[in-house]
Parts: sequence; C-alpha cells; structure tokens
Amino acid sequence: MSTVDHRVVETDTAPATPPEDRPGSGRRSARRTSRTQSLLATVLPPAFMGVVFVGFWFFVTYVLLDPGRRFLLRPPHEVIRVGFFEWDNFSEILSGLWSSTRVALIGLTISILIGFVLATIMSQAKVAERAIFPFMVTLQAIPILAIVPLISFWWGTGERSRIIVCIIISLFPIIVNTLFGLQSAERGMHDLFTLHHANRLTRLRKLMFPAAMPAIFAGLRISAGLSVIGAIVGDFFFGKGDVGIGQLLRKYANQLQGEELLAAVIMSSALGVTVFLVFGWIQNVAIGKWHDTGGPGT
Amino acid sequence: MTSAPAAIGTETLSFDRIGMVFPDGTEAVREVSFGLSRGEFVTVVGPSGCGKSTLLKIASGLLEPTSGRVTVDRDRLGYVFQDATLLPWRTVQGNVELLAELHGIPKAERARLASDAIDLVGLNGFEGHYPKSLSGGMKMRASLARTLTLSPPVFLFDEPFGAVDEITREHLNEETQQLFQREGFAGLFITHSISEAVFMSTRVLVMSARPGRIVAEFEVPFEYPRSPDLRFDPEFARLSGEVSHALRGSH
Repeated sequence: MSTVDHRVVETDTAPATPPEDRPGSGRRSARRTSRTQSLLATVLPPAFMGVVFVGFWFFVTYVLLDPGRRFLLRPPHEVIRVGFFEWDNFSEILSGLWSSTRVALIGLTISILIGFVLATIMSQAKVAERAIFPFMVTLQAIPILAIVPLISFWWGTGERSRIIVCIIISLFPIIVNTLFGLQSAERGMHDLFTLHHANRLTRLRKLMFPAAMPAIFAGLRISAGLSVIGAIVGDFFFGKGDVGIGQLLRKYANQLQGEELLAAVIMSSALGVTVFLVFGWIQNVAIGKWHDTGGPGT
Repeated sequence: MTSAPAAIGTETLSFDRIGMVFPDGTEAVREVSFGLSRGEFVTVVGPSGCGKSTLLKIASGLLEPTSGRVTVDRDRLGYVFQDATLLPWRTVQGNVELLAELHGIPKAERARLASDAIDLVGLNGFEGHYPKSLSGGMKMRASLARTLTLSPPVFLFDEPFGAVDEITREHLNEETQQLFQREGFAGLFITHSISEAVFMSTRVLVMSARPGRIVAEFEVPFEYPRSPDLRFDPEFARLSGEVSHALRGSH
C-alpha cells in the first residue's frame, strides 16, 4: 500500500499542494462556463438575427402594407399554418420537392462523372487542358436563361431538359476543383513516385486523386447546391411533366397563394442547406481524419 | 579521384566530371568528380545555392547532367528529401509502407518491413497517427523509416534536418549515424552545417559557390559509434575549423 502511495507521489508533480482541491475544481467549473459561453456565443447571434428577421416580417405585413395589400406578404404564422399544417398543401410541396431533388441528384451524378473524366484527362496532358478549359469557361459564362429556350428547342420540356440544365449549371465547379486538386500534389511527392518508377496509373491512384480529395469536396459542395438551383430553375421554365418545386412556385405566384409560395421558398432553401450539410458530413467522414477541413457544417 | 578503403571494394556511386547548366543559363555544378562505396558516409557542405542538391537530383536520375557521367544502381535508391514528403492521407504505417508498395512487395512482407523500420527509428506507438499530428522531427523519422524499408545500398540525404530545431537535429544526427553503422550503406549527405557534417561522416567534401566545384576534401578519423560528446573534442573543433576555413576560402 505504501509503495503504491509512494509511486503516486513520484509520478504526480502536484502533491506539494494536495489539500488545495478548490483551484482545480474551480478551473473545471470555469471550463464548463466557458464551454456554455462559447455555445451561447455560437447560438445567440443567429437566434437574435432570426428574431429581428421575423419581427421585421411582422412589421412589413401589419404596419407597412395596407390591409388590402397584405396578400403580398402573409404573416409568418399564416405561412406556417397554411403552408405546413394544411396537409394537402404541405404534401404537394413535399412531392414537388422530392421530384426536384431526384432531378438534381441525377444531374449532379452525371456532372460528377463528366467532371472527373475531363479533369483527369486535363491533368494528364497540358494540351488537353489548353484545348478543353476555354470551352468550360465559355459554358460557365452562358447565362442559364439564355440557354433554356435552346434546350427546350432541342430536348423538349420534360425531365431530360431539367437534368441538362442541372448539368450545365453544376459541371464547372467540379471540373475546376478536381483539376486544381489533381495538380495540387507537391513536387517532392511527385519526385518520390518518379524515383520509385511509379507508372501513370499508380501515380494517379495513390498520389494525385487522394491529394485532390479536399478540393474535390469543396467543388462538390458548391455543385450540389447549384444542381438544386438548376433543377428548380429548369422546372420553373419548362413546366411540363412531373411537377417539381419550380412549377409549384410558378403556380402559387400566379394564383396569389402567398402562404404556399413562401412555404415552398422556405422548403427549397431548406433543401439547398440540407444538401450542403450532407456533403459537408460526407467530406468529414471521408477525409476529416487527415485533413483539417474548415468552414460551416464540418 | 578518390581512394576508397581497400577492404570495401568497388564504388557504388560515382560522379565523373559532372557539369550541369540549366536551360536558363545558370551553371549549377562544374566538373564534379568523386565516388563512394558501401561503408562510406560522405557529406558535401557548401553555401546555399551552390548546387549541392542538384548533385543528388543528378545521382538519382531526377535530372540529366549536361556533361559527365554518373554510375549508380537506381533500382533501390534511398532518397531522403528536405521535407519529409509524407502523404497526409496515410498513417505513419501506410507512409512507411509506400515504397515497398511501389516496388510491388506483397502486403504481409511490407507490413513486416515497415514495422521493423518504425522500430529502428523509434516511432513505435505512432503507427496509426496521421502526419498532421506529428512534430517535425517525428515526420523526418517516418521519412527515414520509409527509405529504410528498401534497405537501399545507397542513401542520398538532401539537407533532411534543416527544418528541425537544434536539439532534435543532434538526436537525428546520432540516429542516422547509428543507422549507417548498422546498415552499412553508402551515404551521401548534403548540408550546410559543418558540425553535422563532421559528426556523421567518414569524409567531408567542401563545395564552392556557384558554379559548384569540389574545392577541398577532409577525411574524418573518428571511430564509430560516435558519442554526442565528440562535438566538444578539441580534435573535432580543429577539423571543423579547417572545414569552415575551406568553406570561407571558396567564396
């Protein structure tokens, strides 16, 4: 027993002040307060902004607008009651949202495939990069509104056209980020692979692609958000086939259904946020162990 | 040009009148000739930018010299870079296995080679760590271990300990010297630290400012294993002084 005590005394550097347990526990509780404080510091500012926002909303509805023009901005509680608690309306919004999500996911998947292939080709030959890149920039520079009539002209107004809008709008960030990522492996690492006679495929698989992962995920998060926008914009303009959230937005606006319109807008934005968070989560699972990823949602 | 110890035999690396002029007209090295055999640890000291590192790039085949000839077996060349160049997405274990993997060594075998090498550099317990959580000295140890898995007959060191603090550097110097003794490779070490050069080497070559030429050569007579206290030996100080003098004279 005494030997055990002795050993404890030897390894512990604190026994000179054993009875003073207070400072330690004080420190611990201080740590707890600081954690609560930091939690409050992260939650309070956005909560405050939210309250200000809702307050301003009420102010506009009830003070700025004449009673006869209140259909322009329905009050928050009415939006929630009509848009979310009336099941007919809410289920319509949900099914529209689902249709648009499906289009966005298909478009995003095709963008990822095309983007990876093109970026890989460009990373392997400077000539290919010089040949392809200007056209990617051009594609990116076309306002989507300008190309929508052309798309409906060529591919009709169905789901296929919506998917094409998604691809056009979400392809560029994937290509640019993947290419940037593939080119980001350090010179020294390339030298290492050269010294040990690694072939092209090995270099790509074991060096360039892993090195590109953080940039690829950055691109994916941007493109995922854009593909949701693409799906909604496409649906809004083509307005045929499966009813997506875009068609609903147009219908509610035309029929002056203010509550449903705002509820649909809120749900579209929630979809965008969800997609962003999901990709942040995937990123964290995939590369969080070795890469210090910053930014919201990680 | 050099007279290798008779017992060791043929040179495993030799530079024959190497010259290097870069496309932009910079002449990095001129007429450099020397050789080294297994059991020799040769250090090249010189001012920064004198083309020391260029010599290693030429030896390893990363650069083609514009004149002269290098003779070396490049199949299993050990090359320790200035930076640890660890792959951040691999753990220490994964990083140390990398070269064996590139050389097509089967999985079980390379796991064994890696754990042996990790033992040798004293990184046990850190196998599962990612580079981001290692100190500079530990990264360098992992980098050394990675090279050791191939048991290379020739080890090239390109100022590997330049970025770590003085104390870590002295530790790494001792460990490198022990590895050299144990493995008996031919070592070519680039540095601008005279003390590091004299402490580890069997021979010190002094290189001039650009274009780099070998301007002096010193045999280092101390027996291995060398104790850290050797650095305070008067003979050590005298030799370091001579190297320093040659270095200054070369500018």
